Order: sequence, then structure tokens, then C-alpha cells
Amino acid sequence: MSTSSVSKGCFVFKPSSKKRKTRSLGETCVNVENKKPSERRFKLCEDLWNKIKAETEVLQEELNKKILDSLLDFAKKCSTTRQHCDWASKMRANEIPTAALVLGVNVPDHDMTFQSLFDLLKHSVTPHVVSVQAKECGVLKHLLKRVLEGLMDVAVDDDDEEEMEQNPRSVHCSLSTLSDWYTAKTKKSSSATPGKKRNVQDEDEHHHHHQTPPVVIIFKDLEGFNPRVLQDFISICSRYIDRLPLMFIFGIATSPSTVQHMLPHSVSSLLCIELFQSLSCTQHLATVIDKLILTAQFPFKLNGKVMQVLISIFLYHDFSVRNFIKGLQLALLEHFHSQPLSILCCKKKEALLNVTLLSGRDLETVRQLPSFIRFVEKQEAGEQVKLMTDDDHLKEACQKLIKDLRKYHKSYYPVLRCLHTLTSLLPRYPLGKQIRELHLICLEKNVWENEDYQSAMNIVNQFKFVEFIDGLVTCHLPPPESQTLYEVCYYSSSATVRRHLNATPRTSIQTALSSPCFYLQSLKNEDGTVSNSAPDICIAYKLHLECGRLINLYDWLEAYATVVSAAEGQDPDCDTFGKVDDVKHARFIRSVSELEFLGFIKSTRQKTDHVARLTWGGC
Amino acid sequence: MTGVLHHPGYADEKLQRVEQLIPCRELQAGMLVSLMGQLPHAAVSCVECVSAALLYERVLTSFFGRSAASFLPRSPSLSEFVRLYRHQRSQSPAEQTRYIVMEKAELLRDADANLLPALLRLQELVDDNITVILLSEIVWEKFRPNTGCFEPLLLHFPDYSKGELQQILSTDSHPSYSAELYSSYINILLGVFYSVCRDLRELRHLAALNFNKFCEPLTEGKVKETETHKLWRNIEPHLKKAMQTVYIREVSSLQWEQMQQTEDEGGALRGLSAHTHVELPYYSKFLLIAAYLASYNPARTDKRFFVKHHGKIRKTNFLKKNEKTSNHLLGPKPFALDRLLAIFYSVVDSRVAPTASIFSQISSLVTLQLLTQISHTDQLDAPKYKCSISLDFISAVSRTVNFDIVKYLYDFL
Repeated sequence: MSTSSVSKGCFVFKPSSKKRKTRSLGETCVNVENKKPSERRFKLCEDLWNKIKAETEVLQEELNKKILDSLLDFAKKCSTTRQHCDWASKMRANEIPTAALVLGVNVPDHDMTFQSLFDLLKHSVTPHVVSVQAKECGVLKHLLKRVLEGLMDVAVDDDDEEEMEQNPRSVHCSLSTLSDWYTAKTKKSSSATPGKKRNVQDEDEHHHHHQTPPVVIIFKDLEGFNPRVLQDFISICSRYIDRLPLMFIFGIATSPSTVQHMLPHSVSSLLCIELFQSLSCTQHLATVIDKLILTAQFPFKLNGKVMQVLISIFLYHDFSVRNFIKGLQLALLEHFHSQPLSILCCKKKEALLNVTLLSGRDLETVRQLPSFIRFVEKQEAGEQVKLMTDDDHLKEACQKLIKDLRKYHKSYYPVLRCLHTLTSLLPRYPLGKQIRELHLICLEKNVWENEDYQSAMNIVNQFKFVEFIDGLVTCHLPPPESQTLYEVCYYSSSATVRRHLNATPRTSIQTALSSPCFYLQSLKNEDGTVSNSAPDICIAYKLHLECGRLINLYDWLEAYATVVSAAEGQDPDCDTFGKVDDVKHARFIRSVSELEFLGFIKSTRQKTDHVARLTWGGC
Repeated sequence: MTGVLHHPGYADEKLQRVEQLIPCRELQAGMLVSLMGQLPHAAVSCVECVSAALLYERVLTSFFGRSAASFLPRSPSLSEFVRLYRHQRSQSPAEQTRYIVMEKAELLRDADANLLPALLRLQELVDDNITVILLSEIVWEKFRPNTGCFEPLLLHFPDYSKGELQQILSTDSHPSYSAELYSSYINILLGVFYSVCRDLRELRHLAALNFNKFCEPLTEGKVKETETHKLWRNIEPHLKKAMQTVYIREVSSLQWEQMQQTEDEGGALRGLSAHTHVELPYYSKFLLIAAYLASYNPARTDKRFFVKHHGKIRKTNFLKKNEKTSNHLLGPKPFALDRLLAIFYSVVDSRVAPTASIFSQISSLVTLQLLTQISHTDQLDAPKYKCSISLDFISAVSRTVNFDIVKYLYDFL
């Protein structure tokens, strides 16, 4: 898990969701149902997630393909032009070929791109690739060490005291070491019998590269590097460029002009920089939504509110496609965890089979679904009774409803695309520029009742097919809430998603202090009531809520001692009840300083034995 | 041709060869040769010596072989180096003066404080016939250490004059063209570039990049070699364009060559600095705006800008004496996190919950170098930042969120 940039604020390393999932599912099965269905549900969820994951990986690969291909071409071209020895190339200053790769502001998202770039380079251009990160390279020595270690695969002696001289193979940390190593390496490989390691054809194809394959250094986050370190490193490298065919790749998050801000002309003149711009993150998101959300391929769906939460986290907060997919995964897990009927959220055949396996309790849940109640109300009286009492009849009805739901999805997406194609051509995009905006409108309510829809239709009225389109829309684009049993496929708890993905630390601290049992299960008594032996800081916190702007510390201490004595079950008539002893005093002082650390109070100069409150109200 | 250099220790041919390698430096070279004689030497680049240990190792290796350097302990001190040197010297005493040539010597100023003084009196310390040569682009006055150091002998290498550059560059002539033609090409090149660039390496590079274009009319048979004026008319605008693009590395040399081949004079290719646009999440934009306001507005004026009914406060009322200078000329000032958030909540147009991702966006902006953290990263309590972006940048960002930043800046009141 990466701990840089956008996720820098706070890091929570949770155990993998799978583990958590199994445990919590195990808990519910004791209470709610017998073990088997929940296990099947977990299996369904896992399979579905694996499918979605595979799909995203293919998608990422496709998206990266273009830019990576052009980068590879660049690398190959650089290594071949180096071997020309005509007049012009002899005269030209030996610039270090450099690719400036602009990847957008979400740095954690770059990891995957760099990984595939790294693999591709290793596979098809050169065995000598190393990637470095700014946080490992605060000073020039460390940068050199990283580069040498990454390329030569040996321990590098950097004169740090802590590292002992245990490794006799350790080498000096300088570029001349690398250059000597490279010379030895290329000599060896050219004298080795061809075809020994690789097949002969491959050898022929990459004959040039094999003689002097370039040495590629990837700077993952250029902005993070100390400019001085980078400048020195580049000027050292340029001294070796005749012996060591170096090539740089700069990963840039902001804009290419950063290179010019960081490097003075004397250094940038040592580089031959070519620009590579990756797909913008909004386009990337559009593709992901197109392939994962706007498709009937996956039975799992998000309702409008959840979609809205995920999209606004993306647009307002992080620009991270990876987080969007994580959000989707969270919704998926929550859906299969919290909705027993999610057992029907799978492929048609399996769903129909699962309907027959529904338990009596599950069928009761079906009968209580709002969408099902609406459905029943529309039926004739006899049918109504049958649906509510006859389990077998209900199962049959469910099978039919599941089929209807599938049919709805099958026609929904094509019609949605059709409508989008039509309206996205109109001036000022009445129904949104992006298809996801139209999708959100359709998820909320009947799109044909939307004012913008009507005005859009008025604009295109001159065409004959409008009536046809209008018919399609009214027939196929009603919101999913109107479909019976939609609860099976649609995850709708936007609050849960928001709480998990967009955490509010302040609220959490307040919850922890005012009702500690929310977090500490041990405080709950067997009968479910809350024990009064709350942690000291909670007691101090609750007492401080009753005070004004300034809090008298001695009064606070006395009140605290009384509450603690009561909580410890002391006899109220006892002499020592509510008396301050050394232990209580120490505990109180600790709580107060903890509260100060959390920013609830601070010492004040107005009155020495008082502290000032810094927060007001309940939030 | 008789050379300027003479030394009893060298054959004249050898000296002449050297002379050809370093045209226009005959005078200085002659002086050095007369001073030094034959040279057992160690050449060291100070950029490369990230630690003093590397420097010691290089010196010992060049004078006494690799085995001598292997006696160096880990993290050797200066005295260990001196001891080892003395030991080696006693085994292989110097027949001639030994030289240590240090490139980019100005970097020695950043090394250990005792290194430069010690190098200056190395002869005395190691008791050997040894001389240290410091090569630097800055004057000695700028790095003279405090006291107790020997003054080195100063030898000034003046810049190449235009004529000298012409002479040196002309020696590179292209094998398929006459030397005169090349010389006239260099003349034109210097006419354009001499005012901005005197760096021999760069000029040679530029000459190589543009020579093909210069020869184009010749190869097409439109112009004869002697028609210098026509050749000049052809190449001059091209060179001027090169000055604005490839010379300042707006466009890389590879791209420049491609542009020449494809005759893409329209310049569809945008330079590096044309790409300044940065896509940011919505709230990050507002955080950046708030940071900019916090950096360039005095804290006292926040009330004027962000409180709804602030009454009539005119600029003159809270103008302090020393604040007559524009804040934009003084540069960004540090601000605390509290102030940043207070301004953020007041400028952002919707209600925003103080979620973790708002805070992590601030550190993202620091990672992207759009903000700079002033306080140490270990300081959790009230961290301080500075906004490190230009007015142009923030104006562009504000435009995308329909925020009129100029209305909120004290300097433009």
C-alpha cells in the first residue's frame, strides 16, 4: 500500500478485506441464518470482484498501452542513434535522452503505470532499469546508492556508520563503479555464445541493444526531488555519457514546465527532453465508468446516491481512479454483507437456481421489500394472497421478476448510450456532457419528466425519429427504483460509503469521547447496556462539556474524583468517597493533557489555574 | 609551424599535438608547462566526490595504484589520509612533482571545513613534492577560508573572444564541404548566438544541429557555395528560431531535427514552458487559492475580505509604514494551517465537512511543490506553509472555478 501524496494525511492499514469479510459474515450467520447461504454469498461476491478486477486490469493496460509504446520507441530510438558515428552526432554535445512523462496530480495512481513501464523496458529494451523515489534520495549519496544497488544488485558502501562491513562484496558508491561494471557486463555478454540464454531470433532482432543496452533511470516523482541533488546527479551522469549510455524518465505530476523550474540552463542543456502526456484522469474515469458501471455484464449496480458519492470524491478530492475502484469494491462487499437477498445478484442461470434455494426467512425478506410490496399491491386480490402465503408461488414469481430485471438492464444501457449520443451533440449539453451525468439523471427519476430532457427533445424535434427515441426512453429508461426486486442488485447505502471513504477524524474523536462503547466493545455489558467505567479521558471530556469558556482546574478535578468514585462502586456514604488521592490526581492530569493534545483545551494566561475551552457545541 | 610551447622534458611534436587540442590557449598552456614540467597527476571532479573518502581514494589510486587505496578505512578522516599518503610516499618517493587537479573546486566550500585549508597546504602535511590545482568558475575571494590557509597562485583564463571562437569552431569542418564554407557558416552562427552564448560546447552543438539546414540550398543546387549572402538569408531566420527554442531547451534537439526534416515551420510543437496547466481536484483548487491569499495578504486584513459586514475599512486605514511595498514584490509569507482552513471555508462556495481528505489534499499540494512546508515535518502542532506559485498560475486556477482572486488581494485593492 502506498503512503505518499493523496493518501498522505492518515494511513490506516486494515487487514485485507477478505479476512474481515469472513469474520463478520461468520458472525451474522450465527444470528441470522444457517451457514451455507452466507458462504455462497461470499463466494459470489469474491467471484464478481475477481471479474471486475480482471476487467480493470485489462482496461488499465489498454489505456497505458499507447503512451508506453511511444516511450519504448523513444528508448529504442535513443539507443540506436547513439551508435551512429557520422559528423553531426560526433559534433553534438552528448545529451542524455530524457522522457518527461506527465501523469497527473494523483501520485499513488502512478505506481501501476511505472510498474508496467518497468516490466516492459526490462522485457524489450534493456535489462538495466532502475526506478527511484524522492523520499529515498534526500542527498546525492543516497540517490547514487539507490541507482547502483538497483542496477548492479550488490550492497553499496555509502560510509554510513550503522552499516557494518559485513558484506565483503560491497562496492564504492560512485558512478565510475557503475561505469566499470557496465563495461565488464557488456563485454561479457557480447562474448557469450548467442542463443544460450535467449533464442536466436530474439538475439538478432535486438542485436544492437544487446551490445550496448541503455541504462534507464526512472525518477518516479520529479517534483519531490531536491533540485540540488538532481542537478548534481545529472552533471555527474553527463560526464560518463560516452561510456555509459544513460537514459532518464521523469515522472511528472504537475506540468512539464517543472523541469525548467528545477533545473538551470547549465543542467537542462545536458538533457534531450521529449514530452509524453498521459490520458487525463477524467478521461480515464470516463472509460472506467463506461466499462464497469454502464454495462449489463456485471449484475451488481450502484444507485444514484452511491454513484454521486464516489464521483464527487473523485472530482472534489483526489482525482484517483484507483480510489474510485476501491469505492466500488467497498460497495460490493457491503452489499453482499448486508443484503441477504444479494444471493440473487449473479448470472441469470445461477440466480434462478438460487431462488429455489431461498429459505423461509429469505422469502419473508422478499415480501417486505418496498419494491415487492408495490408490486403486490398492483396484483389481483387472489394473487396477492397467494404471493403473501404460498412460498412456492412466490419463488416462481421471483424467478419471473429476476428475468424482468435482467431484461431491464439489457435494454437500459443501449438506450442510455443512444440518448447520450443524441443529446451530447446539442449546444450547452442540456443533459450533461458526460454519459455519467445522464446516467445519474436516469437513476434519480423518470428522465422524460426532466425539464432539460423536454427542452432537448424540443430542439431536435425537427427530426422524425424523435418520437421513436422518446418511446424508447419512456419504455426502457425508468429509474431502477421502479423495478421490482431492484434491491437485490442495487447498493444504496451512500452514507456508509461516505463514512468509510471520506472519513471525518474530528467526528470520530468526538464519538469516541462521548460514547466510547461505539469503539470499545468491552464497555458493553452482557445485556447490552453501557458500563459506567468509561476511560478517564471520556469522563474528563464529558465534565468539560458542562463548563464555560474558562474551566477551573480544581473544580474539574473534584467533579472528576466524584464521578470516578461512583463508577468504581464506592459507597457514597464512605469517608473517602469523592476524595482526591494521588492516583486519581495523576489519572486526571493525564486525561487533561490528552485533551490538550487533541486540541479541546489550552492553557491560558488570563488565569493561571484555569484552562480555556477551544470547542463548542456537540460537534 | 612552430609551437609556442617549449619544454626540455617534452618532445616538440607532442607539445604541438597538445596545442592543436587546445587552440587559443597557447599563452596559458605555455605558462603552465613552464611552471610544472611533466605531470604525474590525479584529476578529480568535486561534483562526483560525494564524500571526502572518494576524493582520498581517487588521489591514492592515481598516484600509488589500487592497492594503496584499499588501506583506507571506512569513513577515513583527513589525518588517516595524510598518514597513508606519507607511508606510500616513503615507499615510492616522487621523482617529479605530483599534481592533484580538482574540477569545480567551488564545491569544496560545502565539504568539511578542514578540507580546503588542508588541500592548500598539502605539501607541508604529507611532506612530498605535491601541488594542488583548483579549477573554478568563480573568483578566489569568494571561497577563501578564514585564516591559516595558504594563498594559491592565481591564473586567470579569459573568455574566448569572438575571433577565437570563430577559429576554434571552424576547425570542426564537415568532411564533405570546404573549410571556407564551414567557416562562413560559423561566422553566421556566431553573428546570431554570440550575444547570448559563449559556451564553446553549446555553440558546437548548435552548429551541428543547424548545418544540414544551412546546406539545404546547396544540395538542392539552388545556390553555389560562394553565394554567402543567399546562404545567410536562408539560414538566419532559422537560427533565430533555434535561439528561442532548441537553445533554451524548449524543444529537444531530437525534436528540432525532426522539425527540420518535416519542414514543419508552422511550429505545431509546443515548447516545455507552454505546458503550465495543472488539473487539480475541485477542493484542491480552493485550498490553493486560500493558501495564495494567506501568503500574500497581511493577516490583519482577513477581516476586511472575509467577514460579511466588516464596515468601511479603507486601505489607507490599515496601511502600515513598511507595507507600502507590494506584497508580491516581497514574496510569499508563511501562514499557519488554521488560517489556511479559515480562509478556505470562507471562499469555498459550499459547506465542506472537515474530512481527512481535505487535510491530505494539503499534503498532496506540498508533495506537488505547489505549497512548501516551512516548519519541520515532525512538528504536528500548527504546521506552517508558504504558497509557492505565481500570480499567473493562481489566476488561471481561479478562473476555472469562477473565483475573482484579484478582488481578494490586498495588493490590488
